[in-house]
Parts: sequence; structure tokens; C-alpha cells
Amino acid sequence: MINALGAPQHLLLLGGTSDIALAIAREYARVSPALRVTLAARPGARRDAAVASLTAAGCTAVALDFDALDTAAHGTLLDGVTVDIDVAVVAFGLLGDPEQAWTEVEAARELAAVNYVGAVTTGVALGARVRAQGHGVIVALSSVAGERPRRSNFVYGSTKAGMDAFYTGLGEALREHGGRVLVVRPGFVHSRMTEGLDAAPLATTPEAVAQAVVEAVRDGKEQIWVPGTMRAVMSGLRHLPRSVFRRLPV
Amino acid sequence: MTRSILSGWGGTSPSASDIVRPTDLATLRSALTTPGPRGVIARGLGRSYGDPAQNAGGSVLDLTGWDAILDVDVHAPTVRVQAGISLDRLLRAMLPLGLWLPVVPGTRQVTVGGAIAADVHGKNHHVHGSFGRHVVSMDLLLPSGDVVSLTPEGDDPDLFWATCGGMGLTGIVLATTIRLQPVETSSFVVDTERTPDLATLLERLASGDDAYTYSVAWFDTSTRGPSLGRSVITRGRSARVEDLDPSRRSHPLDFAAPQRGRVPFILPTSAVNRLSARAFNALWYAKAPRHRTGEVQDITQFFHPLDVVGDWNRLYGPRGFCQYQFVVPDAEVAAFTSAVEAIAASGHVSSLNVLKRFGPASPAPLSFPMPGWTLAVDLPVRPGLDALLDHLDALVVEAGGRVYLAKDSRTSPATLRRMYPRLDEFLTVRRRVDPHGVLRSDLSRRLDL
Ligand SMILES: Cc1cc2nc3c(=O)[nH]c(=O)nc-3n(C[C@H](O)[C@H](O)[C@H](O)COP(=O)(O)OP(=O)(O)OC[C@H]3O[C@@H](n4cnc5c(N)ncnc54)[C@H](O)[C@@H]3O)c2cc1C
Ligand SMILES: NC(=O)c1ccc[n+]([C@@H]2O[C@H](COP(=O)([O-])OP(=O)(O)OC[C@H]3O[C@@H](n4cnc5c(N)ncnc54)[C@H](OP(=O)(O)O)[C@@H]3O)[C@@H](O)[C@H]2O)c1
Repeated sequence: MINALGAPQHLLLLGGTSDIALAIAREYARVSPALRVTLAARPGARRDAAVASLTAAGCTAVALDFDALDTAAHGTLLDGVTVDIDVAVVAFGLLGDPEQAWTEVEAARELAAVNYVGAVTTGVALGARVRAQGHGVIVALSSVAGERPRRSNFVYGSTKAGMDAFYTGLGEALREHGGRVLVVRPGFVHSRMTEGLDAAPLATTPEAVAQAVVEAVRDGKEQIWVPGTMRAVMSGLRHLPRSVFRRLPV
Repeated sequence: MTRSILSGWGGTSPSASDIVRPTDLATLRSALTTPGPRGVIARGLGRSYGDPAQNAGGSVLDLTGWDAILDVDVHAPTVRVQAGISLDRLLRAMLPLGLWLPVVPGTRQVTVGGAIAADVHGKNHHVHGSFGRHVVSMDLLLPSGDVVSLTPEGDDPDLFWATCGGMGLTGIVLATTIRLQPVETSSFVVDTERTPDLATLLERLASGDDAYTYSVAWFDTSTRGPSLGRSVITRGRSARVEDLDPSRRSHPLDFAAPQRGRVPFILPTSAVNRLSARAFNALWYAKAPRHRTGEVQDITQFFHPLDVVGDWNRLYGPRGFCQYQFVVPDAEVAAFTSAVEAIAASGHVSSLNVLKRFGPASPAPLSFPMPGWTLAVDLPVRPGLDALLDHLDALVVEAGGRVYLAKDSRTSPATLRRMYPRLDEFLTVRRRVDPHGVLRSDLSRRLDL
């Protein structure tokens, strides 16, 4: 169970090798001394390293095979997870090559399949689990890129817009079942996903995202931006005329 | 059966359970013998602060309709009731007979079942002990479907005592016979005094409590420095007819208990903030007389000043609040003082602080009271509260004390084990009567019970 101050006993990371997801696990390990973490990820050296790093942080870390593209398996994905899932983090995602993404069918399909379809099918499985449990918090890592599509990465942005809408709606649907969804919209985060890219204004770190998530779950929030100032920025950007928006260096 | 969101009085950790309102034994029995995969737990009036009376994804038996008064023996005196009756209704029924409950907690809006399951205490703990001591017998419905009649001396005293304080995890209390106390009036003769600091307060309670049946102190945790722990002590005894104003002597047992205002459903943000809590602390102290003896007060004035504001918990807003109540042994005055200092220095301000010196413990393995000092504080959920309460847990464990499960919403299985050295005795009984873990609550999941 999650306690009154937002400390879970069992955390599920979908995308168990994600830098942001692992930072969230480490942040929770500080408030929940006997934290159990299930890392759902593709098998391999990265997953092994993630299990080892959380074990070293004092968690009981367990790996679960998961491929976002294997949607047929998503319906039964959680069957083997017998312990209540107090907090689930939906962290898998691809940034992809933004030019290929809108010019090559296969590249576009993969982004859409992982970031949107996979997010929806796993969301269905998570929703079923929350309904059965009568409690549970789902943290969905969306992105400011989904709030207003930009020329520079609009395919990625469109997948995030879709998953953002799905999880926002899922939050409404799960309310009466004791569940809660927190949609997180980070700006640019320094992680493996953005390695080698020029940082955008207001760039942040996985640790900062993790802190904001833990606080927001404790406070019962349903939507946050990281950093928090991003909220006002995006609200301004959303209302700019397209002719102006397209000239911005974002 | 309806699925509803339930939480405790603190409003934290809501979850969804299927609520069953049983009106006959067959429904109750089948709820236990054909449980769903996530089990069943009883619920009374939901006055526990945390998560013991909710069962996420499972069933909750709302017993508040199971509330008949079955028999009164005015000579013993005892009363036999169904366990869902509230202490409020029971008191109103017993007072005209000149009878009074042996233990009355800080609100009358609790059920007899809840009073047994938490083994509740009142202002008279130092004289009369906790609720379980006054239970003559109880009928307990077990997960097997059997109903056993338990007494403290009977065939299964372990199950009797595991049920007192057992947070509903040994069975459903169906009916119980409780010992009552004769009274001449519904009023109390009360002495009030203010103490300027913590040391004086502890000294006054240690030396003076024996002269009173009821004793409690309201306590300021927001003032630091030399005035740390300034307080208002109220102590009293049941009034006799000759104590009353002559105009009231013809109807000494009358019981008027108004409910003045209700608080609107969930204020958008917490109306209790640091300033208002500080102001409340200061006001409470200032409005109390420095010293006044022999004042006659009614039940609500003396026992339940908070019941006058219905639903006052909603003042805390949607995030809710934690009540933290701990006890440390008599000799651990230093630990007690450190805990008070830690609260005062934390910046977390509690507006309701109740301090009392407990008497002897009960034989129940999970009963909370032990001879020593207990303090209850109400803390709105704010950043850093977890660190403060973890720190207090550590102090309490170190001093050989414990926190109260009826108030807890955030401690851990490992800490609980250190606080309740007789936990395994309880678990042995629980596993004997509930081998498949049918009786389950959010609290039992959180604390691994
Ligand atoms: C304002 C206020 C003041 C309080 N002051 C005090 C005080 O001074 N002293 C004190 O000791 N406590 C105090 N309490 C706590 C309160 O007395 C306990 O939490 C009590 O258990 C609440 O009873 P309830 O009927 O509301 O039970 P609930 O909160 O509904 O349930 C509490 C537990 O009892 C179990 N239970 C309920 N009915 C049954 C049954 N028939 N059979 C088996 N198990 C059952 C539930 O499963 C649960 O584990 C206070 C609470 C409030 C809100
Ligand atoms: N970094 C940012 O600037 C930023 C900003 C806003 C939002 N986000 C979002 O935050 C989330 C986490 O990102 P991050 O920054 O932590 O990046 P990251 O470290 O690259 O994490 C991405 C994760 O997605 C997993 N993944 C990719 N394809 C998968 C598939 N087919 N099946 C299973 N897992 C797959 C990766 O697993 P493998 O190890 O198996 O590849 C990796 O764990 C993403 O959803 C991202 O869109 C990131």
C-alpha cells in the first residue's frame, strides 16, 4: 500500500532502464526503506545494470520481460506480478530521428507503436490492475512536446499528445475505482534519450523530474510540468499565432 | 453491494471497496465464508484516522446498521448490544437509567465494535484502563463461519485479547456485554489549571492525577523556548446530585448535546495553516482560567468539545492530515521532551494536542496504552512531515514506546514490530483463526499483519 505521506511499498517501472524511471525509483528508495521495484524492460545488459543499481540503493529489485512493441503480450503482462502495484511509472519511449520519422514509414510506425500504441495497451493492463486492487497511482511520462507540435519533432510530439490524452482520460475513469493518474510533462531532460542533443531552454535532470513526481504523488496531483515554470511557458506558447510560433527557435 | 471510495478520518490514502450493509447473520456469514480474492474487513463509524477500516479492491462490512440494544441488567450493571451501535446512542440510552460507559474516547461517534478493535482509552485510563477491560463477553464471527462466545477467562482468552486492539483482523464482533458504571448525574465536577511549561505540566500530572477519575491536558506544541509545553489541565469526576445547581437537581441525568455547525464538504485548500494553528494554540491557553476548581460541566463541554463542530476534519482540506499519537514509558520523560521539542522546532504546527498519563496496560498484545506519557498531535500533510514523523518514530522506539494503530497511517512493518514486542503472539492467534487471510484491510497490507 501507499501510505498517507505517499511512500509506496512496490513500484513498477515500465521502461525499467529509463534514466528518469530509475531516478524516480532512487527517490522513492529514500522515503520507503524496504521498497520493492519491478523493472519491466527488454532483457539485456542495461536491464541487468539497472537491477544491480537499485539493489545497491537498498531496494528489492526484480526484472520482468517487457517489449512495448509486443502488444499481444500486454494483456497478461502483469499476471506474474502478484504483489499490489502501488505506483506504476510509464517511462518507455523513443525520440527517434525526427526527419526520418516524418519521411520514412517504418520510422514513423515504430515511434507511433512504442510511444502511443504501446502506452495505450499497457495502460489498459494497468487500468485493469488498479480496478482489481481498488487503489494505485499511475505516473505517465508525457512531454511538453505533445502540448504544441513543432516542426522540429512533430511525430514524437504527436505520439506524446496521444498518450497524454489517453492517460488524462484514464485518470478520470479510474477515480471511482480508487486509482489515480499523474501526467508528467517534462521539458528537455538530460538523459540517454537526449544525449548529444543541444539542450533546450529550462533543461532539467532526471533527478529533478523524480523529485517533482514524488511530491506530486504525495500531494495527490494529476498533472505537473517539470520544471514547474514550464507550465506558464507552455500556456503562453499554446496561444501564440502559428505564424509567430513557427519563427521561434524551439 | 456498492463500490465506494473510503478513507479514514484523516482523509489520506483513499481506496475503493465494495460496501456490504449486513442486516442478518446469514449475510455476514457468507461475506466471510465466500470472500472475494481481496478479503473482508469490518467498518464502524470510520473514526480511525488511517486505513484500518477500508479494504482496497475487497469487501467492507459496514456494521453501523447492526446496532440493537439487546439487554440491560441495571443491577450488575451491564448492557448487551450489537457491535455497530455508536457510543453516542448507547450513552443516551443508558444515562436515564443512571448508567455510564466505563471508557469514553475523545468522540462519541465511534461504534462499540470499533472501540473493542482499537481497545480505546479515555481520560480515565489511569484509573479504569482501556475498553477491553470492561468487556464481559463478546460473540465473534470467525472466517470459518463459526460464532464463538469469548470471555477473558473462558476457553480461548488468547482470542479474546487478540480481538481487543486487533483492528478487526481476528473476526467480526457481533454482540458484546459491557460492564457499566452507576452515576447520579450527567455532569462532571471539573478543576482547571494552566501550567506555564512542560516540566511543570508533567510534574502536576504525575503528582495530582490520583485524586481524579478523569484527567487530560491540552497542550501547546507551537511555542518554543521557556514556554514550550504550556498547557491547560482539566481534571474531574462524575458529579453527584448535590454538586448541581439546585435548579437542575430534579433532572440530574438530562443530556443535551448540540451539534452546532457542519463544515462544508472539502474546502479547496487547507483552512488550517500554521498561523491559524498557532492562533488556536494561543487562544486555547489564554481563554482557560489560570486556576478554577469545582466547576460543573456537561458531557460535551468536558469530554467532546470537538463534537460540537461536526466533520471538523474537513477543515484540513483535500490533502488531509496525520494524527500522530505515541506513548513512552513513565521514566522516559527525556524522550518525551525531545519529541515535543522536535515537533515545536519542525515548523509543522498542530492545533489539537492532547497529553495524558496512562495507567497500567491491558493484557491485549496489540493494545496501545502502557504506563507512561501519551501525546496526540494533528499535523496537516505538508512537505517534510514524513521526515519529522520518521524521526519521532525513532525516538519512540528507542524509548520503548509505540504509536497508536487507530491513528496511524504511515508507519512501516519493521517499525511496528519494534514498537509492539508481542506482535508475534497476536499473529499466532490471527493465523489460527484466519489461516487463509480472509480478514484484510489496507492497514493489514501496509503493515504486513
Ligand atoms: C475526534 C476523535 C477523537 C478520538 N479520541 C480518541 C480517544 O480519546 N481515545 C481513543 O482510544 N481513540 C480515540 N479516537 C479513535 C477512535 O476511538 C478509534 O479509531 C475507534 O476505533 C473508532 O471507532 P469506529 O467505530 O469509527 O471504527 P472504524 O474506524 O470504522 O474502524 C476501526 C477498526 O475497528 C474495526 N471494527 C469496527 N467494527 C468492528 C466489529 N464489529 N468487529 C471487529 N472489528 C471491528 C475495523 O475493522 C477497524 O480495524 C478518536 C477519534 C476521533 C476522530
Ligand atoms: N529526456 C527528455 O528530454 C524527455 C522529455 C520529456 C519526456 N520524456 C519521456 O520520458 C520517458 C523516459 O525517457 P528518458 O529520458 O528516461 O529516456 P531513456 O533513458 O532513453 O528511456 C527510454 C526507455 O524506453 C525504453 N524503450 C524504448 N523502446 C522500447 C521497447 N520497444 N520496449 C520496451 N522499452 C523500450 C528504453 O529501454 P531500452 O533500454 O530497452 O532501450 C528506455 O528504458 C520517455 O517516455 C520520454 O519520451 C523524456
